[in-house]
Amino acid sequence: MRSFENDLNLEATELRLGLPGSSHKRPLSDHEARQDGGEEGRKTASSPKAQIVGWPPVRSYRKNSLQHKKADHEAASGIYVKVSMDGAPYLRKIDLKVYKGYPELLRALENMFKFTAGEYSEREGYKGSDYAPAYEDKDGDLMLVGDVPWEMFIASCMKLRIMKGSEAIGLGCGLQM
Amino acid sequence: MSENDRHHPQQNHFCPAETMSEDEDPCRPSPPPPPPPPEPVSKKTRNCAAVHPSPHSDRVLEIVLEHVLQFLTVRRDRNAASLVCKSWYRTEALTRSDVFIGNCYSVSPARVTTRFPRVRSVVIKGRPRFADFNLMPQNWGAHFGPWVATMGKAYPLLERVYLKRMSLTDRDLCLLADSFTKFKDLVLVCCEGFGTSGLAAVASKCRQLRVLDLSDTEVLYDGVDWISCFPEGETCLESLIFDCVECPINFEALESLVVRSPALKKLRLNREVSIGQLYRLVVRAPSLTHLGTGAFGHPEPQDPNDQEMDYGSAFSACKSLVCLSGFREVMPEYLPAIHSICTNLMSLNLSYANIGVEQFKLLIQHCCRLQVLWVLDSVCDEGLQAVAATCRDLRELRVFPLNAQEDVEGPVSEVGLQAISEGCPKLESILYFCQRMTNAAVVAMSNNCPDLVVFRLCIMGRHQPDHITGAPMDEGFGAIVMNCKKLTRLAISGLLTDRAFAYIGRYGKLVRTLSVAFAGDSDTGLKYVLEGCPKLQKLEIRDSPFGDAALLSGLHHYYNMRFLWMSTCQLSQRGCEEVARALPRLAVELLSYEENEEMDNETVDVLYMYRSLQGPRDDAPQFVRIL
Repeated sequence: MRSFENDLNLEATELRLGLPGSSHKRPLSDHEARQDGGEEGRKTASSPKAQIVGWPPVRSYRKNSLQHKKADHEAASGIYVKVSMDGAPYLRKIDLKVYKGYPELLRALENMFKFTAGEYSEREGYKGSDYAPAYEDKDGDLMLVGDVPWEMFIASCMKLRIMKGSEAIGLGCGLQM
Repeated sequence: MSENDRHHPQQNHFCPAETMSEDEDPCRPSPPPPPPPPEPVSKKTRNCAAVHPSPHSDRVLEIVLEHVLQFLTVRRDRNAASLVCKSWYRTEALTRSDVFIGNCYSVSPARVTTRFPRVRSVVIKGRPRFADFNLMPQNWGAHFGPWVATMGKAYPLLERVYLKRMSLTDRDLCLLADSFTKFKDLVLVCCEGFGTSGLAAVASKCRQLRVLDLSDTEVLYDGVDWISCFPEGETCLESLIFDCVECPINFEALESLVVRSPALKKLRLNREVSIGQLYRLVVRAPSLTHLGTGAFGHPEPQDPNDQEMDYGSAFSACKSLVCLSGFREVMPEYLPAIHSICTNLMSLNLSYANIGVEQFKLLIQHCCRLQVLWVLDSVCDEGLQAVAATCRDLRELRVFPLNAQEDVEGPVSEVGLQAISEGCPKLESILYFCQRMTNAAVVAMSNNCPDLVVFRLCIMGRHQPDHITGAPMDEGFGAIVMNCKKLTRLAISGLLTDRAFAYIGRYGKLVRTLSVAFAGDSDTGLKYVLEGCPKLQKLEIRDSPFGDAALLSGLHHYYNMRFLWMSTCQLSQRGCEEVARALPRLAVELLSYEENEEMDNETVDVLYMYRSLQGPRDDAPQFVRIL
């Protein structure tokens, strides 16, 4: 798709909405692996060594308490997806968990990429705009943002793509050309 | 406890265990058992009594001696006194009220009660420390049962029991509660095997209970509401610590207990207690000196409206608070409530609180009197720099990893260590987990902190060198043993060659506890230590290339040690058998990790050996072979 993605250290520009200072990388989780998709093959750190019993020497109680805490923290800090916009030179990343619904998400996207999405309707999609926010779901299909209930959307959204112009017509955005 | 105060004036507020682990001398009774010198005391008295020796003068002198010996509280002094002659041995034994058993299998309960008939306080330690990290198979031993059974009959006036890494059952606790009518202090550190029923027995029957401390102890919740079992009316409780106990708490009962315990000074709650509940307790107990919060954030639905609760005032009313811990489930926006008491704090434990740099800096800037600080590495090097800038009096620092894994980036490094060394010259004890380190920073600490007694550095990536120079970490640890003349406890990590051990053997003359993991090149390394460190008491080694030759080089010293632990090294059964033959009073245990205990003739999984007067124990499980 985008050849420069493998060259850029996207992790450095990655948006993180965790607490200040909590900038250490998490080991690659299943979720992140899934989001990258197979073909882009994000460079990981050297493959983690098999965990050795009792190393580092931290007592189980402490490890478990902090795991539990980290899990909460990660659950709270949510689901990061890449956002691309047709014509823009680089992608962004946002945390879907931060938003309570579509209106908030769209406002955030509009701010980030400096566009207006127009008005959404089920029948016509995004009306009155050159752009249509779309997303790729778990099955790899390109879908219009807003069609499914919010919870379902968060659970299935792999990446966002803000489509522009003629390409967007096919999704029923009612563009006047 | 005075012997501990002498060496550690700053009592460790979070883990009473730590004050006890630094014993100065071999535990008594210990092999080789010193036969009292043959001269009878009467010879002395005959001389003193000049012309007419009489039995009365013997007895008078013994009585005088009894009175005098009562002033001896330090274990080492008492041990020395017991060696003078038979009379002193007897008298000392009669007057010893505090017994310390550093290894529960070094001596049988009967032997202890026979020698020391008038004991009021007992300390017993069980499993070795590496058991905490799952390196010892389950059910190895260290049962309190035989001890409580024997002491129950021998010491009806027993007041205090302190156990570390022992296994207890509910029955044991019931027996304890039934046997000792004047029982006052129960301290269980890193223990397990019992449930809330056992606690209920203690709570209900020990009417003079002052201290119930369950630090790092596992308690099974079996449905019994132990907090409600304390008797009605005023209690003598001074200390109630259950911060690591994972069971629900009847809050009404707890609140009522706090209200009717006017002497309560130390209270550490578990994470089941919500912040709203904490508020109610704090306003009812403003004279607390040590407080461990439960959850510090995420108010429960049943808590009254947040806005109504002035946490800040509640805390500032606690004028005596010097030690703060807990902060589970912390929400940073609640932290400002404690800012007002920070200036009084001597100890702060944030090691269960994932707080970021900014929030931490806001907090620590007020803590100018802090002497003990435990944190997570989430505070980053920058947070440690803030500590160095404010806490000039710091004596003890522990930095734990939020993410206890190898191969992840760590938020703290040599930068934090260097800063601390520059800002906290009075540092005595440090435990520091990190992913990368340099020799330079460790050397700096050795120069800037001459009072260091405990230096434990854990570079989490195995065999990691100095990340700037690529050199092994030998020089750093070498500088520590060279420059820190008071050092008694050392834990090493990172890429280490035999050279590091040469330094330790050469300069670590006061080292009593040494922890080694994934270090060294050859037998020579261990030989340096065994030959060079005369005070070595506790040696725990894992995954290092030391074999039989090294093991055998320590034969001259093993009777002076509390224990030696070597796991996944290069020992063979033959080598261990040779040690067992040479030293009959050593219990040489070979532990196997494999279920089917088909012990390979060559490799030894775990060697655990310790001196013992009682011979091989009879409660060893199948995976243990005692040579």
